Amino acid sequence: MKLYCLSGDPAKPCYVISFKELLIMLDCGLTAQSVLNFLPLPLVQSSKLANFVNWIPSRDHDPQMDGELKECCGRIFIDSAPEFCPPVDKVIDFSEIDVILISNYLNMLALPYITEGTGFNGTVYATEPTLQIGRFFLEELVEYIEAAPKANLASQWKDMTHLLPPPLCDLFKPKSWRHIFSAADVQNSLARVKIAGYDEKLDIFGALQVTPVSSGFCLGSSNWVLSTGHEKIAYVSGSSTLTTHPRPINQSALKHADVVIMAGLTQAPHVNPDTMLGELCMNVAVTLRNGGSVLIPCYPSGVVYDLFECLSKNLDNAGLSLIPMFFISPVADSSLAYSNILAEWLSSGKQNKVYIPDDPFPHAYLVKNARLKHYKRIYSEGFSTDFRQPCVVFCGHPSLRFGDAVHFIELWGNNPQHTIIFTEPDFPYLQALAPFQPLAMKAIYCPIETSLNFQQANKLIKELKPNVLVIPESYTQPPSMAPHKADLVIDQMQDRQVITFKNGEVIKLPLKRKRNRVYLSSELAQSLVPKEISPGTTLSTVTGLLQVKDNLHDIQVFDESTSDSKANVPSCEHVLKKTKYEWGTLDVDMFMKLLVQDGITNLKTKQGSDGSLSIYIPNEKTTIRIDDKNTHISCGGKQSLRLKLRDFLMKCIQTF
Amino acid sequence: MPDIRLTPLGAGQDVGRSCLLLSMGGKNIMLDCGMHMGYNDERRFPDFSYIVPEGPITSHIDCVIISHFHLDHCGALPYMSEMIGYNGPIYMTHPTKAIAPILLEDMRKVAVERKGESNFFTTQMIKDCMKKVIAVTLHQSVMVDSDIEIKAYYAGHVLGAAMFWIRVGSQSVVYTGDYNMTPDRHLGAAWIDKCRPDLLISESTYATTIRDSKRCRERDFLKKVHECVAKGGKVLIPVFALGRAQELCILLETYWERMNLKYPIYFAVGLTEKANTYYKMFITWTNQKIRKTFVHRNMFDFKHIKPFDKGYIDNPGAMVVFATPGMLHAGLSLQIFKKWASNENNMVIMPGYCVQGTVGHKILGGAKKIEFENRQVVDVKMSVEYMSFSAHADAKGIMQLIQYCEPKNVLLVHGEAEKMEFLKGKIKEEFHIECYMPANGETCTIATPVKIPVDASLSLLKAEAKRYNSLPPDPKRRRLIHGVLVMKDNRITLMDLSEACKELGFNRHILSFTSTVKLDDPGPTVRTIEKLYNLLQEKLSEWTVTLLETRTISVESVEVKIEEESNDQRHKKVLVTWSNQDEDLGAYILGAGDVPAEVTFHRNNEVNQ
Repeated sequence: MKLYCLSGDPAKPCYVISFKELLIMLDCGLTAQSVLNFLPLPLVQSSKLANFVNWIPSRDHDPQMDGELKECCGRIFIDSAPEFCPPVDKVIDFSEIDVILISNYLNMLALPYITEGTGFNGTVYATEPTLQIGRFFLEELVEYIEAAPKANLASQWKDMTHLLPPPLCDLFKPKSWRHIFSAADVQNSLARVKIAGYDEKLDIFGALQVTPVSSGFCLGSSNWVLSTGHEKIAYVSGSSTLTTHPRPINQSALKHADVVIMAGLTQAPHVNPDTMLGELCMNVAVTLRNGGSVLIPCYPSGVVYDLFECLSKNLDNAGLSLIPMFFISPVADSSLAYSNILAEWLSSGKQNKVYIPDDPFPHAYLVKNARLKHYKRIYSEGFSTDFRQPCVVFCGHPSLRFGDAVHFIELWGNNPQHTIIFTEPDFPYLQALAPFQPLAMKAIYCPIETSLNFQQANKLIKELKPNVLVIPESYTQPPSMAPHKADLVIDQMQDRQVITFKNGEVIKLPLKRKRNRVYLSSELAQSLVPKEISPGTTLSTVTGLLQVKDNLHDIQVFDESTSDSKANVPSCEHVLKKTKYEWGTLDVDMFMKLLVQDGITNLKTKQGSDGSLSIYIPNEKTTIRIDDKNTHISCGGKQSLRLKLRDFLMKCIQTF
Repeated sequence: MPDIRLTPLGAGQDVGRSCLLLSMGGKNIMLDCGMHMGYNDERRFPDFSYIVPEGPITSHIDCVIISHFHLDHCGALPYMSEMIGYNGPIYMTHPTKAIAPILLEDMRKVAVERKGESNFFTTQMIKDCMKKVIAVTLHQSVMVDSDIEIKAYYAGHVLGAAMFWIRVGSQSVVYTGDYNMTPDRHLGAAWIDKCRPDLLISESTYATTIRDSKRCRERDFLKKVHECVAKGGKVLIPVFALGRAQELCILLETYWERMNLKYPIYFAVGLTEKANTYYKMFITWTNQKIRKTFVHRNMFDFKHIKPFDKGYIDNPGAMVVFATPGMLHAGLSLQIFKKWASNENNMVIMPGYCVQGTVGHKILGGAKKIEFENRQVVDVKMSVEYMSFSAHADAKGIMQLIQYCEPKNVLLVHGEAEKMEFLKGKIKEEFHIECYMPANGETCTIATPVKIPVDASLSLLKAEAKRYNSLPPDPKRRRLIHGVLVMKDNRITLMDLSEACKELGFNRHILSFTSTVKLDDPGPTVRTIEKLYNLLQEKLSEWTVTLLETRTISVESVEVKIEEESNDQRHKKVLVTWSNQDEDLGAYILGAGDVPAEVTFHRNNEVNQ
């Protein structure tokens, strides 16, 4: 069993494991941090962005590259449509992947890169919410970028990275970056997804079973258990032991695995999400009281649901219940509607509401009362008339490179009354803000990520007791944002093996398969006569007909074919079927008795120095040599005598 | 051979009161717990005294599975769990868990408040009963205990209806509940994978019907309703609050919209709004089209259909009224029926099956006079139409399901005996599998061959596969596997002989033979060996014959050597050695010289001559 690491970002995992001659991809996360190197895509011509000066390298200047790079406040941005860093494609041929298992909607955004135009012909499995919400994420992403097309696409700069200042000179293989896929690619790619329910056992070519189990992180998020009759591999990605809106994590299904592969730990391990949520609510209230508005860049689903719920309650308590909340996303309506029909995937508290019947999420109520208003885009019908300040705006994209958030920053950036609050930890917020500098509006970083932190992960590992733990190498060192916090690592323990991997690496996992499940037909089982060879242990020789279908092994009784042409030539089948094995020591006394009874009395016996006994029958020039483990008959005489002796011996020894 | 036993307590050669007892692998499972709508006495509930003459049944039943919320499938549940006594787990889908208690409460009210029955379960009992329910999602594999595994499949019939696959050990059963193999206006079609159960328990309500296309039936229905209201008649459609009602509402709503009709349509049940909320929340259980459009337009928000008020019964003029219950056995639909029946302009459309004993069943049978308990007699002059909208699989659908899941046996329930008999014949003829149809209280015993799971050593399997794959492909070639089955500590393992010896640390005793033959073959020994080698290769084409460097020929454990006798080029002593397992082979090789074609040996067994 091998593991191929196709993503260097453990928060956006993409791995492939080879097991039982199958290639199984675990997640296909999209590393989007590359877009931070590009200029934002404004919805309307922005004089500020248009006035950035061209950046020209100090040496080896190539006029072809002019206009590709712009400078703002000492940082350089690429003036082109944003590009993404897809999973490494040199290590493995995507057309050979048999199965892709998706753990949650945040970890599937590279799917079109893998499945479209690569010859991919496998199956993708995901839960229903993962598919639906993943569709929202992908559609939103494509819509944002397609809505603001760029006239020119920059590419020359990729040949010049050595001339560029940091961070551009340190970029990892920018030539492998890709433009966003098309809406058609998204549709085709998602059409390949097969829906799986929690705890559903999915059969993969009869070779193994895969099962998604609840991971507690977001709607429909799952960990995957891969098992055969004898081996168990658990892929733990994007899990949470906190209580929020999704179904709680199913830990027991992950226990006692031979191998646990763990990724998707929180990207903000140094903070507590509850504290951050409190801080967020406080900052929102302060800003609103001062007459300012709040921009919260967000994804169209996930933590944003909890934000609606908490923030609305908090504003009520603060006497700010008249402040409107706007949720702007091309998929806002669908996201809000879907969240309330996925009762089966929710925490039991929310689930019980549908039995009343009541909407599980309070945002249905907020929408009904016009506390929360949602629009596809800012230029959608009704928004300009409904829009009033102060207000709270939730919109994408958290990178601030595209989407309606770009517009709000331009609108509010110069006013120190307003506040922008970052909750998604995917992008370093200062980098996200860089092209908008200088900025007067307050910027606050309150990362809210509910997936496991290191302490929770270590506790979980202790409870799961895997034989081998496989983690990204970065989890063994403190994160770059807190290099001195030595506790922000996965503990190395003596009682289990920890294997680490890096981007682009192929590592061997120590899972040696020794056994495979086969099935004996009851007919065959009944024909067996097991012999006890020691107390509690019985043996029986088995010869059967093996039928292998869909990787299932059945063993049945075989009838000897009667159409044997060479009747006197012993056939393989016949010999095997008759075969029994002798074991233990020969009952010499009984053998001697049998010889005597048969009238073979002219015997010479000789005790060897090694404890063996030789019996010589001079009339027949036949010697029988017997020791603890062997009996050998050297027969110079008639075959009839040999067969007789054989019969006697068989009576004096045990067989199975 | 182990058995699967099945006893219907209800729904055996009958429709209504579905309740089956399933026993396999030492486990007892109750499938559905319904009541009979046609009876008002003790026959309405299944006869639980079959399980134990008296007292609670918790210790006799490992789990209860409810297929859907119709009362003929769950109506006796509170009676069973609270009045008879059952504290074990009850499994059903989420929508069933949400809707069943409402229908139960509704029925309780009709029974207790309208009919004045005592000794019926209470509201609290329904609540207590529902606390024992564990909701399952589709395709989720649920371990009831360490032996019982269940899995729900989509059944179509009504919102949240499920078929259940149940496995105990290596035996498995699929229980369909009620299902529908064709998608309708609001639900999808039942689906199951090729799970090859030992037994498929299928409903057979429409065992002999092959229904015409859905579209024709819908057109028919709309035409009849339209004709009736056009001439000023009133149309009564008795329905159950959830299920068919929603489909017919969607149908009429779109027709009214298209034809721009103004006749009032009423839905006469307080549940409507609540029911539609359930449909909205469990929209993932409806069909593709509704799921896709629900964000923009909720199919269950009706423009033309208004709530009914009892005062409207005597209103003049045309109207269409949906009223519960669906079989005209009680409640509002019966009340309206009594008022409207004697007018020939009016019409009643029965959109589903009616069980025996109900007014619905009687009028469908052509009864022109209906007598009620209080001696009231009603003349039936209104036209009576039967439209099979009830979402059960028809004969074709049942056959289709059998084809999908490939069961080894089929058992029919929830249907009428003669119709079952017919279908049984068809199933046997088409699929060549056994088909059963037990009556209530009759136990069916189905023998199932079991496969014994064994752990085989991978090296043994790999060696076999390597051997097999090295040979030229031949579809007729049989694959043989030979090894030693080791039974130790309740584990059964198949392994290679040497592995077994090593793992268990016991000693084999090797029994071997050496026999000598004298040959007359002039020439060098090498020549003789070569001749022998060629001969054996030809004779033993099935075996691997090798010539070793030591001038030894080997076949399996058999070794053939020639002992050179100094100064005698003519006579040669051939030594054949083999172990007891290759006795046949050894003996054969020893005698191989018997019919040498080209090679002429003077063969002599008696060496000392």
